[in-house]
Amino acid sequence: MNPFTRINGLVAPMDRANVDTDMIIPKQFLKSIKRSGFGPNLFDELRYLDEGQPGKDNSQRPLNPDFPLNQERYQGAEILLARRNFGCGSSREHAPWALEDYGFRVIIAPSFADIFYNNCFKNGILPIVQPEDVVDRLFKAQDAQVGYKLDVDLENQTVTTPDGETFSFEVNEFRKHCLLNGLDDIGLTLQEADAIRAYEEKRQQEAPWVFGQIH
Amino acid sequence: MAGKTLYDKLWDAHVVSERSDGTALIYIDRQLLHEVTSPQAFEGLRLAGRKPWRLDTNLATPDHNVPTVLDERSTGVSGILDEISRIQVQTLDSNCADFGVREFGMNDINQGIVHVVGPEQGATLPGMTIVCGDSHTSTHGAMGSLAFGIGTSEVEHVLATQCLIQRKMKNMRIRVEGDLPDGITAKDIVLNIIGRIGTAGGTGYAIEFAGSAIRSLSMEGRMTICNMAIEAGARAGMVAVDDTTLDYFHGRPFAPKGELWDKAVESWRDLVSDDDAVFDQDILINAADIQPQVTWGTSPEMVRGVGETVPNPAAIEDEASRKGVERALEYMGLKADQPIESIKLDRVFIGSCTNSRIEDLRAAAAVAKGRKVSTSLKQAMVVPGSGLVKRQAEAEGLDKIFIEAGFEWREPGCSMCLAMNADKLGQGEHCASTSNRNFEGRQGFGGRTHLVSPAMAAAAAIAGHFVDIRTWQEGNAA
Ligand code: SF4
Repeated sequence: MNPFTRINGLVAPMDRANVDTDMIIPKQFLKSIKRSGFGPNLFDELRYLDEGQPGKDNSQRPLNPDFPLNQERYQGAEILLARRNFGCGSSREHAPWALEDYGFRVIIAPSFADIFYNNCFKNGILPIVQPEDVVDRLFKAQDAQVGYKLDVDLENQTVTTPDGETFSFEVNEFRKHCLLNGLDDIGLTLQEADAIRAYEEKRQQEAPWVFGQIH
Repeated sequence: MAGKTLYDKLWDAHVVSERSDGTALIYIDRQLLHEVTSPQAFEGLRLAGRKPWRLDTNLATPDHNVPTVLDERSTGVSGILDEISRIQVQTLDSNCADFGVREFGMNDINQGIVHVVGPEQGATLPGMTIVCGDSHTSTHGAMGSLAFGIGTSEVEHVLATQCLIQRKMKNMRIRVEGDLPDGITAKDIVLNIIGRIGTAGGTGYAIEFAGSAIRSLSMEGRMTICNMAIEAGARAGMVAVDDTTLDYFHGRPFAPKGELWDKAVESWRDLVSDDDAVFDQDILINAADIQPQVTWGTSPEMVRGVGETVPNPAAIEDEASRKGVERALEYMGLKADQPIESIKLDRVFIGSCTNSRIEDLRAAAAVAKGRKVSTSLKQAMVVPGSGLVKRQAEAEGLDKIFIEAGFEWREPGCSMCLAMNADKLGQGEHCASTSNRNFEGRQGFGGRTHLVSPAMAAAAAIAGHFVDIRTWQEGNAA
């Protein structure tokens, strides 16, 4: 997992409430054997005018010109501004995989669905909860200004607007630690690498036949 | 202080570190990989820029998706007709090549169902912790090891760290005492156990199978029993090490040799529960009470002796269980109180990680020899568990016996156990199957599975319906 410390990123809007994970990545893409490559099908049904299928060449598909991510001004966005209960519905981890693969590192919304919220942290995405009125102001501000960027600082837990206005946000200490250091479950276990090696040395003494057999 | 159970010993020997929340980091000695549950794990490694922690510990082979028809098989992986299956097998091949994981490819003589291949190669050994992204990993507990199934994110975790975060399970012992009556096999024992304790009876437990009837079984038989521990709800099942275990592993390709073998044997001898060990649950079963078993419903606990009848829901007081039985009977197309022997069959499947080892094929062939599959059947097939089992069976002439009797003799793989390849049941068809799950649709949409032992399956194929192998054999001398 990529560590997350601070980004100054372009903001794109997703102006509807209760965006579910099926909307984030439709079910036909779950047959994939991969967990990367979902980016081109992020928000597939909103983004394209035809029906998406795995294996279909997305570059040939008709785009929905009204969808923000298809507009020139939002290309390269890293921060998604969303409405309440973002990520509800099925628990598929493909949703954060798709957001991350597309290039989003931060999602700001008034509230998130639980499982999705957890899954974000496992995949290097920082979900930030802000009060409705703050989110509303951010929606208006980004709409008024092409190239609107926010500065997100995880260490200090702040979001700063181009005008220098700063909002603070909450994040669980442990999750913050994992995200700052790019640690997933595997990363955490790898912090015990010395203990694992020590165990292996002992095991190699006691049961040498467990080692070196398969090659 | 009370002594330790076999499970306690295996657990204690693998703790890397303990955590304050009651979990522990457990070292994994061996991981088996197959094509269905590994792609995202490899992909995860790749994305994170990680490498496997150790290479000499993983063994991969494709099994779930491989075609079992020789024609399709012989054209190689690129000739697999179903696209999704082909991509999964190709992905396993390329992942193993990229990461340096040892793989027995589809047409390698050593290929087969992971749970047949592991022990057969001596890749899974007594005293090991063994995992695979597959619930029937419990099979490997038969050799006195701690073996259990894991999910894809855990597969990645083991690849990357050689460890897992686990919580210790409780101890259960099931003793089967006495001589096994003629015609009663390991499959009948384990189905009978599941019928008694239910599919959730072992949830949260590691089950040790013990007692004189279990000790009298071959390694193959013990594997059949541990294989289905998961069907009783237990992630891990196990049997203590004895001479049968040691004889089985001696000389296997990946088993230790020479001095190392002697040293291993010395340490494996301790893989038994101490006499004064205490179990959280202890169950005793009299071997003499076990009949040949046949499942009539849609869960492995819906099982009866072949001489019995299908249950009558009207006789069940508890409403939830009555409804469950009614639903199962409807799905299975069976009438209340119908004798098990009257169930007619459309297909017979002999195979799967439960019953596709050489001993299973010998048992089925002994029944099939000189007889013919009933003309009322659409298909009877035998799918060996691995290339080596197939070769051994052919060396013994078992393939000829099956073919002459009218069985199809296939290439190794999971096949109709889960119907991920072309081998499937049609809607409403009844199948006598030596596999482990009779869930709705497991062997094909609308298919009706009856779980039985290999000998019972072969006899059913010949009679066209279920028969009691104990009496039928005599009346139908070949
Ligand atoms: S044979 Fe059946 S139960 Fe065994 S691993 Fe294959 S699909 Fe799973």
